[in-house]
Amino acid sequence: MTKDVTRDQWYPVALARQVTPAGRESLLLGEKIRIFADAGGFPAVTDGHGRALPVLIRFNHVWTTLGTPAKDLFTIPDAEAPGRRLVDVGVVRVRCSPLRAVENFLDIAHFPFVHTDILGSEPHTEVERYEVAIREDVDEVWATKVQFYQPQAAKSAAGGITTEYEYRVPHPTCSVLYKTCPPRPGEWDVICLFVQPLTETLCDVWPWMALYDDVSSLTEMIHFQQMIFLQDRSILENQIPPLLPLDPGMEIPTRADLTSVAYRRWLKRLGYSYGAQLVAA
Amino acid sequence: MKLYDYILSPSCYRVRLMAAFAGVKPELVPVDFHPGAEHRGAALRALNPRGTIPILTDGDLVLTESTAMLAYIAAGWAPDWLGDDTPAMRARVTEGLAFAQRLTESAGAARAHDMLLAPGDIGALRRAATAALRELEAALSEGRRRGEAFLAGPRPTIADLACFPHVALAPDGGLPLDAYPSIRLWMRAIRALPGFVEMPGIHRLHELMPEPGPMPQEIRRDSTEAGA
Repeated sequence: MTKDVTRDQWYPVALARQVTPAGRESLLLGEKIRIFADAGGFPAVTDGHGRALPVLIRFNHVWTTLGTPAKDLFTIPDAEAPGRRLVDVGVVRVRCSPLRAVENFLDIAHFPFVHTDILGSEPHTEVERYEVAIREDVDEVWATKVQFYQPQAAKSAAGGITTEYEYRVPHPTCSVLYKTCPPRPGEWDVICLFVQPLTETLCDVWPWMALYDDVSSLTEMIHFQQMIFLQDRSILENQIPPLLPLDPGMEIPTRADLTSVAYRRWLKRLGYSYGAQLVAA
Repeated sequence: MKLYDYILSPSCYRVRLMAAFAGVKPELVPVDFHPGAEHRGAALRALNPRGTIPILTDGDLVLTESTAMLAYIAAGWAPDWLGDDTPAMRARVTEGLAFAQRLTESAGAARAHDMLLAPGDIGALRRAATAALRELEAALSEGRRRGEAFLAGPRPTIADLACFPHVALAPDGGLPLDAYPSIRLWMRAIRALPGFVEMPGIHRLHELMPEPGPMPQEIRRDSTEAGA
């Protein structure tokens, strides 16, 4: 079988606990798929011809693939530590490129303007220098030593703090964010964005979190994350051009965009162009 | 006062917005509407058999219609918002509240379909929403010619708050508002009211930067020299 970097990936398609025998139709890379619970109650996925697709349950989500992934789906060891609360935030559909959704998640500079008085505030708008690398051993993009002043960094935060972030892109349409955990200094909160590419300009986003927070209810944590993500949604739907340009062109990156630059470079090297455009914008 | 609330619900936001304008602070009880469907669970059905949110409780009073909650908060804490000045104004408020229900069933359902994968015939929902938006545009445009910026008269009422969220969030359901100048001015007037609170998808008005003053003397001198 020929290698196809787009099809040979695991993609999230459902919350494991929400799969029903009646099932649900969806799309993956423009192809019809069906997600349902089989006779034994286990999640199953079929393609448009009724062919059974491989299924993997990880991070409380159902993952499938149209191809033959060369490697296992990434893991998040921090998320498995005991005492963390796993938050299934649920799906949100966005009319944008799956890659734009990931790129927005990697951006810090928009916090004061879009997530005003929560993840950022004026005049604390400066993004300090941070480090970005494509880690060759694991083939992932990492941004480290990211610092930002946040009025309410998490549901569990009382008052403003300078939050530290690490961003990780282990998959073309998934990103993992590690950030200062307000009630437990020294530990990281884990916040993930798993993106299901429906088409090149339409995606289902499955945010997921593994947090230390003994005070907030699960619903409060879900609402906090949905509030943040829905503040981004209308902006994502209005980005131009809709496809993510992988070549430098009309979009002029600044120092604050180092992670985005590395992400685009990594996608290009990988040959992952679904939801991207290769000619200069 | 307790409000069973969902951060992304336009109907809950109506009530939060009215409470903010009235200076009332209800206790917010977050309901896992999505993905948990908690509003259809036994505990909340005991309060509201219809299985919808918001629900407002105050002592023995249990309200399950968000427009009734607007009326309750306005009557108790901000009576100006009832719009009782004249028979015509009062009637326009009542029309506005009924019209808001059409927006919920069209633009609101289109948004739930596009965003949270709720079922529905998206083409029919958008057609119904477009018809409602056009009527609203016409009504607001007529009002503006009478010198009235709001739905029922010269000042905002609960009718504006009932209609505002679904209109402002219509683009979430694939219904752009570019074609409705009077609606956009009306939304701006609401967002400019003192005490306005936002919800995800409805941004506050960012303060305009002050006009840049005269250039500092040194910079002006430098650039003059460079140009000479």
